Amino acid sequence: MSASTAGRFVGQSVKRREDPRLLTGHGRYVDDVMRPGMLHCTFVRSDVARGRIVGIETEAAKDLDGVVAVLTASDLNPHAGTMQPTMLLTTPGAPLRPLADGDVRFVGEPIVLIVAESRYVAEDAAELVEVDLESEPPVIDVEHALDVGVAVVHPELDTNLGAEMAFPIAPELAALLDGDNAIRRTFRQHRHTPVPMETRGIVVEYEPAGGVLEAWMSTQNPHEAKQAIARVTGVPSHLVRVQGHDVGGGFGQKFFTPREELTVALAARRLGRTLKWIEDRRENLIASNHARADVAHCTFALDADGRLLGTYIDHLEDAGSFPIGATGGAGALVGLLFTGPYKCPQASLRTRAVWTNTCGRGAYRGPWMFETVAREQMVDAVAREIGMDPLEWRRRNVVPTSELPYTLPTGLPLDMVSPSETLEQAAEIIAYDEFRAEQARAFAEDGRLLGIGLGLYVEPSTGMMDPMGTETAVVRVDPNGQVTVSLGTGSHGQGIETTMAQVVAEELGIDFDDVTVVQGDSAVTTFGRGTGGSGTAVIAGNSCRSACAVVRAKAIEIAAHLLEAAPDDLDIVDGQIAVRGTPSRAVAWSEVARIAHLETARLPEGMEVGLEATATFKAPPFSWSNACHACAVEVDRATGVVTVLRYVVSEDCGVMINPMIVEGQVAGGVVQGIGGTLYEHFVYDDEGNPLTTTFMDYLLPTTTEVPTIEYGHVETPAPTPGGHKGMGEGGAIGSPPAVFNAVADALAIVGATIDHTPLSPDVVLGALG
Amino acid sequence: MLPVEMIVNGTRRNGRVDPRKTLADFLREDCTLTGTHLGCEHGVCGACTVLVDGEAVRSCLLFAVQAGGSEVTTIEGLGGPDGELSAVQDAFRQEHGLQCGFCTPGFVVSVTALLHENPAPAEQEIREALSGNLCRCTGYQGIVRAVQRAAEAAR
Repeated sequence: MSASTAGRFVGQSVKRREDPRLLTGHGRYVDDVMRPGMLHCTFVRSDVARGRIVGIETEAAKDLDGVVAVLTASDLNPHAGTMQPTMLLTTPGAPLRPLADGDVRFVGEPIVLIVAESRYVAEDAAELVEVDLESEPPVIDVEHALDVGVAVVHPELDTNLGAEMAFPIAPELAALLDGDNAIRRTFRQHRHTPVPMETRGIVVEYEPAGGVLEAWMSTQNPHEAKQAIARVTGVPSHLVRVQGHDVGGGFGQKFFTPREELTVALAARRLGRTLKWIEDRRENLIASNHARADVAHCTFALDADGRLLGTYIDHLEDAGSFPIGATGGAGALVGLLFTGPYKCPQASLRTRAVWTNTCGRGAYRGPWMFETVAREQMVDAVAREIGMDPLEWRRRNVVPTSELPYTLPTGLPLDMVSPSETLEQAAEIIAYDEFRAEQARAFAEDGRLLGIGLGLYVEPSTGMMDPMGTETAVVRVDPNGQVTVSLGTGSHGQGIETTMAQVVAEELGIDFDDVTVVQGDSAVTTFGRGTGGSGTAVIAGNSCRSACAVVRAKAIEIAAHLLEAAPDDLDIVDGQIAVRGTPSRAVAWSEVARIAHLETARLPEGMEVGLEATATFKAPPFSWSNACHACAVEVDRATGVVTVLRYVVSEDCGVMINPMIVEGQVAGGVVQGIGGTLYEHFVYDDEGNPLTTTFMDYLLPTTTEVPTIEYGHVETPAPTPGGHKGMGEGGAIGSPPAVFNAVADALAIVGATIDHTPLSPDVVLGALG
Repeated sequence: MLPVEMIVNGTRRNGRVDPRKTLADFLREDCTLTGTHLGCEHGVCGACTVLVDGEAVRSCLLFAVQAGGSEVTTIEGLGGPDGELSAVQDAFRQEHGLQCGFCTPGFVVSVTALLHENPAPAEQEIREALSGNLCRCTGYQGIVRAVQRAAEAAR
């Protein structure tokens, strides 16, 4: 942190506000909510990937003691409004529905909702429901889903092509891509899933007399949930309240409001009862949204010195059956960002999202990150092919700071970034050249396979799509001078109650302990974007800043009136509003607040009573951040096991609000990327049966697999007032290709190659022959 | 329904439970101690870890009746009565060993048991001892440091 930007609170590793309650078992997660008369829900789900529902036998379940209702599609679906998220209301997508009606489209699709007096009884009843399914051949292989003669996943749409975007290929580019100096590779990224430690869940209370619906939910986005629940249930949105309180991780999975939560809300509305549904881990693995699952055919055309002349990416993403939040994942961004931080005069692309009879795709920490995976893996493959070290290739091709702003070949404007600085910093920290020497020695002397890999990227943190780019802060000062900030965010581990209090205390010149942040509750906050898309520091942070500017100006005006001084001569320091250079001429912040509320005759004539402000910040289209990851591994030739030896991240997220939290976010993302590349794999068989339905099969990284992560920071302030940039997702964007490249580098020593993940021991052994 | 009696965080608790009710559900629902979290309900993630007669156990894999007559300590029983953090809890805060906090009670209980058994664990011993607890937010960086810090503080 440079001295120029470190403040009293902003830039300091302030310990988190949230921690004491979470460390003592006093957090309040959705499953901790208990309401009078609350009933418990469970779903009966499809066990075939595609088929017709011939009959559903529910009598035995209904007869079980303690069962209150057994609901099927005919009970709920006719009463449901649209299930599309707010930002996509006008976009055609998969035909979302509460319960499967007439047919099923993936294993795990909800067919029946059971309501009972306890979860134990609800699960007993689920065992008694008999669903007669006539199974049909499913569409599982995304690379053949568009073939002639293949069934359609959604009969309503009569194609499996969910979305497509293609740029024309100019003749000059076409010549380059077909030329002798073009290199082609195909990369495949396997399906994995966010896996928050707290599964999803909702408690919904509908009070028929007043028509009020109140929900407690594990959500990143309480206002989106409120809007979605209002649409689906028909309860007017001003009568819907959604509270998030503590949320046990989300990573994108809880950003939009999923089908089960909406179905339970609709059932609560229909039954007029209070319902709780807590997803179990099997449901979370098979039926909460999945992610990644991409294929790309890439072409790089180079000049004789290895410099990029043109690129093409043909990207295919598996959207599953009912993706949530977008038609596919983020295919357009994959195409638009493919050239990333490298200079490239020409590029073209095609990107397609395709339906399959699998769990729907959803947001996961950097939903578009396959652009970095495909590009960075391509860079190493290309460098190897032309006999150049991958670090040298990047040095030659990276956009130097002196050439910013730089317009990407797809038209996106890149500025205020430092890819070349982070590249050099990461290479220095990991001691790249020394590693190369050690690598050569280890193979020559002991036959050991060491490898090093880099992942360099720029992250757009785009706020282009409403309402993702906007947040509103309300800053209220009470008569004691203490401040409550309300935000429409949905913190789920980011420490927003801490970081936003740091910003407000800094801006107002008061103590951190005098600021409280209220968020995660739609009734006491203004409509906002929620927490996701690496947006909080930039968007919520700047909305806080704008509101503080108004409050601060008014407090200074009051103080100036009391002190008979000019407002321009006053400053707020440590809770005192004083004449600059004459600290004895001062009035306490708390005294100004008291007068603003309780001794209003002393306010300047005509001034409105009170001390508070509301401000909205709209982010610019792009707030670029960037980082370089460097990973060193050893590949065991006998077992195929990959061990991560060192891991370095050099990142630039502009002005850091709390370096401790920044490094925590980076570390979490990196380890998800290591897990995603080496261990985590959601597997379907050819019939669409999920094979990894417990934590014994779906393998998350543990303490014994992860290295100690080393950090470097470069600080290029963003052009927005606080100078912050997005950084929540980046760790998970840069890490997969860094790990892949390190393994590929190790394998290349013995001439082995890989082009797909996960890099599990069997895959690595297969590559080694 | 069967009668069950145990000491939870120093307080005698009596209840009548379904024989199949897990200890975790008994603690959360009957004792309203919701700090014990359920992350997988199949004994892998460790979020539900509590101490039964001083041993760290997974409360999702134990029936409440099996803990009858035992002394149970949950996350709520580790700190001081006025909200004061235990040495382990404080070390987690100082080292940013938690983000969303959902797995945290299981980690704090497991670390408490570890340091009781081995007050000065080496880093590899810490990593092995905690390999049965899953965290999805922190990448375990602050957790390993927190154990080292708590062990240091106790010396």
